[in-house]
Amino acid sequence: MAAGSDGGPTDRGEVRRRPLRNLWRLRRYLRPHTVEFSWLMLAGLAATGAGIAVPLVAQQVVDGPVARRDLTGLYQLGALALLLGLAEASLIFIRRWVQSSSSVTMEAAIRADVYAHLQQLPPSFHDRWPSGQLLSRITSDLSVLRRFLSFGLFFLILNVVTYLVVVVLLIRLHPALGLLVGVSAVPLFVIARRFGRHYHTASRRMQDQQGDVATLVEETAQGLRTMKAYGRGPQLTARFTAGTEALHDTGVGKGRLLARTAALLDLVPNLTLSIVLVAGAAAVAAGRLTVGQLVAFVSLQLMLIWPVQALGWIIANGQEAATAADRIQEVLDTPPAIVDAPGAVALARSTVHGRLRFEAVGFRYPGSPAPVLRGIDLTVEPGETLAVVGATGSGKSTLLSLVPRLHDVGTGRITLDGHDLRDLRLASLRRLVGMAFEEPTLFSMSVWENLTLGRPDAGEDEVRAALALAQAEFAYDLPWGLRTRLGEQGLSLSGGQRQRLALARAVLVRPAVLVLDDPLSALDVHTEALVESALKRVLRNTTALLVVHRPSTIALADRVALLEQGRFTAVGPHTELLATVPAYRAVLSAEPATPPPPRSPPGGPPLVRS
Amino acid sequence: MARLRARSRTLLAEVLRPHRGRLGAAVALLLTQNAAAMSGPYLVMLGIDRAIEPLREGRSGPLAAVAVSFAAATGIEYAARRGFLTLSARVGQAVLLDLRQRVYAHFLRLPVAFHERYTSGRMISRLTSDIDSIAELVDGGVESLVMAALTIVSVAAILLWLDLPLAAVTLLAFPLLFWLSRWFARASAAAYRHTREAMALVIVHFVESMRGIRAVQAYRREPRNQRIFDSVNDDYRRSSRQAFRLIATYSPSIKLIGNVTVAGVLCYGGARVLGGETAVGVLAAFLLYLRRFFEPMQELSQFYNSLQSATAALEKLAGVLDERPAVAEPVRPVPLPRRPGRGAVHFQAVSFGYRPDAPILTGLDLTIPAGQTVALIGPTGAGKSTVAKLLARFHDPATGTVTLDGVDLRQVADAELRRTVVLVTQETHLFGGTVAENIRFGRPDADDAAVEAAARAIGAHDFIAALPDGYATEVHRRGGRLSAGQRQLVAFARAFLADPAVLILDEATSSLDVPTERLVQHALSTILRDRTAVVIAHRLSTVETVDRVLVLDDGRIVEDGPPAELIADGGRYAALHRQWRDSLL
Repeated sequence: MAAGSDGGPTDRGEVRRRPLRNLWRLRRYLRPHTVEFSWLMLAGLAATGAGIAVPLVAQQVVDGPVARRDLTGLYQLGALALLLGLAEASLIFIRRWVQSSSSVTMEAAIRADVYAHLQQLPPSFHDRWPSGQLLSRITSDLSVLRRFLSFGLFFLILNVVTYLVVVVLLIRLHPALGLLVGVSAVPLFVIARRFGRHYHTASRRMQDQQGDVATLVEETAQGLRTMKAYGRGPQLTARFTAGTEALHDTGVGKGRLLARTAALLDLVPNLTLSIVLVAGAAAVAAGRLTVGQLVAFVSLQLMLIWPVQALGWIIANGQEAATAADRIQEVLDTPPAIVDAPGAVALARSTVHGRLRFEAVGFRYPGSPAPVLRGIDLTVEPGETLAVVGATGSGKSTLLSLVPRLHDVGTGRITLDGHDLRDLRLASLRRLVGMAFEEPTLFSMSVWENLTLGRPDAGEDEVRAALALAQAEFAYDLPWGLRTRLGEQGLSLSGGQRQRLALARAVLVRPAVLVLDDPLSALDVHTEALVESALKRVLRNTTALLVVHRPSTIALADRVALLEQGRFTAVGPHTELLATVPAYRAVLSAEPATPPPPRSPPGGPPLVRS
Repeated sequence: MARLRARSRTLLAEVLRPHRGRLGAAVALLLTQNAAAMSGPYLVMLGIDRAIEPLREGRSGPLAAVAVSFAAATGIEYAARRGFLTLSARVGQAVLLDLRQRVYAHFLRLPVAFHERYTSGRMISRLTSDIDSIAELVDGGVESLVMAALTIVSVAAILLWLDLPLAAVTLLAFPLLFWLSRWFARASAAAYRHTREAMALVIVHFVESMRGIRAVQAYRREPRNQRIFDSVNDDYRRSSRQAFRLIATYSPSIKLIGNVTVAGVLCYGGARVLGGETAVGVLAAFLLYLRRFFEPMQELSQFYNSLQSATAALEKLAGVLDERPAVAEPVRPVPLPRRPGRGAVHFQAVSFGYRPDAPILTGLDLTIPAGQTVALIGPTGAGKSTVAKLLARFHDPATGTVTLDGVDLRQVADAELRRTVVLVTQETHLFGGTVAENIRFGRPDADDAAVEAAARAIGAHDFIAALPDGYATEVHRRGGRLSAGQRQLVAFARAFLADPAVLILDEATSSLDVPTERLVQHALSTILRDRTAVVIAHRLSTVETVDRVLVLDDGRIVEDGPPAELIADGGRYAALHRQWRDSLL
């Protein structure tokens, strides 16, 4: 049971992404901070300038006052060094202060955008992408990116400038040695480059593996009850162990690479320094260099070590950031398949009659060879209640999910009062359609908020009425009544309780079209009867599509449609179908008989009995 | 809090203990590297003070000696650093691996009740972002941190040795540095804890809204969700900005102290050279050493933050590991008797409530002989599922005992209990992987034939065979593409394959349509034949075939007997049964 191997997130290694381009595309998040960025660049450069000046002052001290025994001159230079030091510290303070707010603001902006985009993407996207993968993108990847956009990028520029300035100063002090130090940048650059390339591969692998582990954790968290019920802890632990061990191996490899490179990045400047020391001492002895100049030279050269070392780190960080940008853009680049068409209209609730028409509707899930629905033709008249009946897996839930456009039809079209659903504003359509799922989704917020999800402006009385209809008055008896905060997914409630709350939520919308996917399956017979009689009143003037399994619930419907293998094979009143359609009888009859013999519908393949 | 800190220290010691050898080697390498690095400025000093004069006199020996020493030091530093980094990465990654596995395994041990309280979002955030922040420290922080600390100490020592009065001036900065660092340590600890908490909220909200995306979209919850997300996101932004501002204050302050000290050393040291009390080379060495002294201080502050967030994360993990499973594994498990006809269940004066003030069961007594099939009937909230959960030991009773074949469930080893008792609920979770793998979840060692036989027995074979890849079809995330009824069938096949002595079906047939239920019904008579079974079902069709019906109300058994007898008695069950018959065709 490998996690994250369902073809949703980019199949690793197969698709050639363009990390650097994707990093560049994120520049729009830098744009609002252009002014700040130029200020902090300026402050950074000025601070570096002040820092570089200090060794030069030291040179003056050694060659001037110390050599000439001039105490006043010494104190003047000392005061200058103090001044430069103060300036440097304050400039750094300004730079960091500015940085601290702009970097986190950028991070938050990207995160908010990714979240907004994910909310737009259709359920079929979320079915393919484990949310652990998405999670690692808005957490780990974003913090990598934040570090780069704020520190990495900044130091990349600053360190290059520092390097150039210092090398120029060194050349002026001693041309040959200065050039040597300058040239020593070449091997450093080569090492850093090679490091970057390997590191990129390793970090992408690591990030993917982190995503896999996160997915595994998420799946465990969700399947916890099942896991407990079967005592399958050891099995899951084995999978987790495999995942974390892969992560460990990548981490060790990455560490080894880093060790090799970091040590090399130290070695080069130190070797240069030893040459400088010998040649410098020789030059002083020969009188071509003053002692002060040698001191300044060595100090300045030491100033280069940090920028050079950091170069490796920045390149690594940049590579990681490019990978992160890649992974984030991967999500942002997925176009929301279900969006408002240009010129989409909104329908006012009061003007909607609720004639729902399916015209040659077909649907197939991406990546699945066989269509789930094909050639569905049907009109549900305003106020009519149509029950959809069919064997398990015949496509009932899929059909219903097309109405609020959780999926879009593959072929054909669905119209509401003559408007193609795709020509309606999504928000408007979903306001008109109330939906309750067989698996009720409740959120960890108050009961009240859960109920008024579709109509935040609902009044106390309306909520009370909806709860009464759904036989969900138990909600008032919760510890804090309707203000009780439900635990995660409302799992502290029983299945029946959750279903009833979800039903109350659906009717509270006062929808033009009510879509109920087997919403009473977890209710006991007594409660179900009460809900049904209440529901009857609501359904009288609401167009409704119901998926039902029980003969009892079918009494709610004006007409029934039998769905077999993605087609409607019979439509009509319940009693009529019961009398004339054997397949219908077979699906609904509760007669505890011996399993019916396999049979074929006329002209079709054998009916899948499942 | 203090306890948590102590616990996290203990945890750290525990995870480091197996690596004592490597840690020792790493420390040795680190000391070597530090010594080599420290010799640099000293050699520069020697070069200036001792090698230039001889050179003027034509003697190049001293300079050559200095140069060779310098090259040697450089080589040693390279080797030691490389070795240290490699070793520390290995130890660090091993520790991460250990932590991940410990926490994960502990999460699995903790009871369902804990997870309901703790939420999966927080569990995920413990195992992802908290571990990540420790990983961040491991990846680069530890080396810098230790190296910086070592550098500071050794520089101070060398300075004192080189020139005591000049060093004394330098060390004036110490109290200030100490005070500043202590302030920073405290402030940033608080800030980082806040940051992690804010991040956890972001994660919780994110996971929940992505998981409920269908409902979110169907009810146009997006704008409101976006507002909530923006608010938690903004909280996180603000708390991390706060943390960064602390560095923005601390780091330049250190720089300031460093710069003032350098100016002071220039003046006082210059004056001392002028007065002939010390050599130019010593002054140069001082300036070089001071650089090495203050620079790591700043780095220290950067990595101190990684350290802080890693510490905060470690505390959170320690907090999880500190949770004692309320439903604990017995220390000395009692094996269940191995004889035919197993599965006698006995509830003795069992009381239980999810909250202390709201008891669900009060003094429930119930005996189910081995092999009997019992149906639990009653209104919502009567305690049916609670009985099921107690029997599956998802919870332990507050008072009283639940025994299986005479053994208190609390004394049965978890692995044995799970082999013996299986609870199937209507929440049918399918794991990522194939249909076959999901069925095999019930018995991992089952072969393909056994998996298929289980599916056939339950009536799930036909639909599975009709899937694109048959048994090898990936069920995708949370069974996205199988219908609710199909998932229930898979869950049934899983339970059947597990072949437990006691099977509990809590509303397990609710999503099945009539023909499927009929098939399952048919299979059920086979499945339940040789085992004890507790069936909770609203559909009385399931109930008709049982040996015995218990009507539960308000945590009490109000009717108890074979179904036919209860119908004849004309009580609650009879009324329900009549209602159910009327609802049929």
